[in-house]
Amino acid sequence: MLSVVIKRVVGAIPTLFVIITLTFLMMRLTPGGPFDTGRVASPEVQANLLHAYHLDEPLYLQYFRYLKDLAQGDFGPSFTSKDFTVTQLIRQGFPVSLQLGLSAMALAIVVGLALGTFGALRRNQVADHVVIAFSLVGIIIPNFVMAPILTLIFGVTLQWLPAGGWGNGHQLAYKILPVIALALPRISSIARLSRSSMIEAMQMPFIRTAYAKGLPRRLVLLRHASRAAILPVVSYLGPATAGIITGSIIVEQVFSIPGIGRYFVDAAINRDYTLVSGVVIFYGCIIVLFNLIVDILYGVLDPRIGRR
Amino acid sequence: MAVDNGWRRLRRNPAAMGGLIVLGAIVFLALLGPCISPHAIDEVFWDRISAPPDFDAGFFFGTDANGRDLFARTLEGARVSLLVGVSASVISLFIGVTYGATAGYLGGRIDNVMMRIVDILYSLPFVFFVILLTVYVGRSLSTIFVTIGAVIWLDMARIVRGQTLTLKQREFVEAARSLGATDFRILTRHIIPNLWGPVIISMLLVIPDAILTESFLSFLGLGVQEPNTSWGVLIGDGAQNMMGAPWSLLFPGAFLAVTLLAFNFAGDGLRDALDPRS
Repeated sequence: MLSVVIKRVVGAIPTLFVIITLTFLMMRLTPGGPFDTGRVASPEVQANLLHAYHLDEPLYLQYFRYLKDLAQGDFGPSFTSKDFTVTQLIRQGFPVSLQLGLSAMALAIVVGLALGTFGALRRNQVADHVVIAFSLVGIIIPNFVMAPILTLIFGVTLQWLPAGGWGNGHQLAYKILPVIALALPRISSIARLSRSSMIEAMQMPFIRTAYAKGLPRRLVLLRHASRAAILPVVSYLGPATAGIITGSIIVEQVFSIPGIGRYFVDAAINRDYTLVSGVVIFYGCIIVLFNLIVDILYGVLDPRIGRR
Repeated sequence: MAVDNGWRRLRRNPAAMGGLIVLGAIVFLALLGPCISPHAIDEVFWDRISAPPDFDAGFFFGTDANGRDLFARTLEGARVSLLVGVSASVISLFIGVTYGATAGYLGGRIDNVMMRIVDILYSLPFVFFVILLTVYVGRSLSTIFVTIGAVIWLDMARIVRGQTLTLKQREFVEAARSLGATDFRILTRHIIPNLWGPVIISMLLVIPDAILTESFLSFLGLGVQEPNTSWGVLIGDGAQNMMGAPWSLLFPGAFLAVTLLAFNFAGDGLRDALDPRS
């Protein structure tokens, strides 16, 4: 078990390096620097600016400097919000984004698994078709269409819930719509996935054995089928994290939520190089970390993995 | 032979045929957009700001916040979105087939390293790299085509590699080799021409991904820029304007959803038809 964990952790390191290196290279090698803003500065001023941000050094030195700073949690200064460092902006937005993302993930897992299992157990009946249709809706109606429609219906027309904002951070009402909007596509995917894996699991020989030895249906489902059926869902949690992070950019934008996603979009529009790169690396690390947790969790749930 | 069988299987699949027909209709509308719509995409009607649909005056989908005809703009958006989808899938075809066929054919350690790179890239949040690229390279239509294509070739590479691995064991490859054909010739003349089935399927599956990515970027204001438009731009504008003019969100949103649904059905149907094993 421990060796699996160590192997996974070591395996994640190249991915991190690829993320950092790609981001760094894109930042440095593309034409046009962050100071090409249209205003023409004198050559001396430009040289000073380049020097202040170490942009006049050889590329490999810049790279090592960047790595060293990153290792200390320093993403550098923001090029457009002069008074803030990237680290400060990330630290400000992250708790909000994390809360939003984790709630959406929890909702997606619970509702998705429930729907998928329900559909699988009533295969080809009306309830099953409803589940299939629902999971299709979540896949073909993307976040950026669904989120405004939810706002329009529940926030503006019915006025049941606030149409945007985050309140003071402790008000549940502000969180309901964003969490649902963020969770919907993931609910669909998990429902679809768990439905088909449950159907597959129910046809396994060990299920027949369980019935044959006289276990009641409830126990067969809980103890035997669900354990096999949940594995594909667990391995989907990695991509689901990436999806939730991507989706949170949209949701934070639509609902005006002060998370990392909003900073990221503003930074991308203003071409704030350091902030954009910092957020990409930060998100990349989170995704790698989450994939790692999922891999290890998978190993725990599926004892066959560690034995190979 | 295989093609005839596949076609027969496809025709018996109503969802797939429906998807293909809807796609055909959308392509038709997109291509003929300027001829069908009574108004130009950039003509401003000052007396009709955010006006609801009006069939008598020829504003089938109403107008946007700038008084421009939404029907014409939605069709223009269809043209741009489909173009992004097709060009990105062609780019991913070139990169993916070259990369996957090379890795699969050469095999061994080179294959291991090449596929490990694909695995690593696969676990990265690729939308972020598209955004990074658009930030650094600038936001033009061609940047978006190329960047999206450049990051979504991974599936293609995997499929092509798997297919190549089985193809290179076949007798006709051995025959070509014993006749003295070079690796390059075997790859280009014997292996790649035999890949078309899975490649077409994955191209069809890449297109909706590309369209979705482009719309995502454009919605955030990071993709297609005015005066060009796309479904993402229209949906973004519509979302800001939806209190007074919900139709400006609903029509482009519905077009996008129907297109994605059609691609889904057509792609699944084609996969079942051409590759009955899966």
